[in-house]
Amino acid sequence: MSESALSAAPAAPTADIAEYAIRLGDDALILAQRLIEWSAHAPQIEEDVALANIALDLLGQARSLLSYGGSYSGKSEDDLAFLREERRFHNVQLVELENGDFAVTMVRQLLFSAYQYELYRTLESSADSQLAAIAGKAVKEVAYHVEHAGSWVLRLGDGTELSHQRAQAALETVWPFSHELFADDELAGRIADRGVGPLPSLLRDGWLGSVQPLLTEATLTLPEDGWRPSGGRSGLHTQAFGYLLAELQHLHRSHPGASW
Amino acid sequence: MTTAPTPLWEVFVRPVRGTNHVHVGSLHASDATLALQNARDLYTRRSEGVSIWVVPSAAIVASSPDEKDPYFAPAGDKPYRHPTFYTIPDGVEHL
Repeated sequence: MSESALSAAPAAPTADIAEYAIRLGDDALILAQRLIEWSAHAPQIEEDVALANIALDLLGQARSLLSYGGSYSGKSEDDLAFLREERRFHNVQLVELENGDFAVTMVRQLLFSAYQYELYRTLESSADSQLAAIAGKAVKEVAYHVEHAGSWVLRLGDGTELSHQRAQAALETVWPFSHELFADDELAGRIADRGVGPLPSLLRDGWLGSVQPLLTEATLTLPEDGWRPSGGRSGLHTQAFGYLLAELQHLHRSHPGASW
Repeated sequence: MTTAPTPLWEVFVRPVRGTNHVHVGSLHASDATLALQNARDLYTRRSEGVSIWVVPSAAIVASSPDEKDPYFAPAGDKPYRHPTFYTIPDGVEHL
């Protein structure tokens, strides 16, 4: 985002709000990076474009959130995206999961987009006007992401025997990682106390209310809630994340300031 | 595993309210809902439209190039079918 756009912000974020914005921005940035790996590899050219569109929407959200969060410490969106070490990224582990097959990608997208929809809808009435504005724009984009991913999960789950089997396996793979989306921590508590954002745990009912009927219609069985991997919010990531980051940052680090 | 070819759909987009849907291209999709979503992603991402139709390409009945002469040639030498062929007599108002 340009400086002129930032100067339109009513006030600079506090340290907490900056960290919160970067946290949400990291989620969007990392999932965008994962999704563009499908470019030229999707099952159909039509889906190739659809996934790239979703990735670009997420990248746009990431840029706004990272620019806003970075303004607290004088860092640009590029500084944050390209020059942070792995442990300084605070995205949930769900978004860094490898794409797997098309079913994994679509199930992950459904679970994440449905969460983002609940989140942004609440953030629209945030006490922080900049976050409210970002959420107000993003919520329309995300509503479509839910619809698109939902359509595919429905067709894969309630499709052929093979597609059902793979969609169920995808759900088993991705589901445990959904818990981290709704895990509260100290920062989230302070953010909620000040009316800036929702307590993550309070979003889960609404999320389940939109995800569960769709999964049932797709003839998929909800996995039991057992293993709850977490750590992304405090900078602990899965093995796959390092490779993702290398690809994301390589060009900028090799050619500082490169542009085209 | 063999898969059936994904059906082809023709896409029509209406650019603004009050105008006609115009054919913009075609795409592949397994069913009508996904065809609409694909059309949205392929043809309206730069605010090109306010409404989309998708029609199975197989449902379109087209004139054949072989029939070009019997179909279209006879109209070629009949300019009197255009209103501009006629001169308006002097003194005619409100036409």
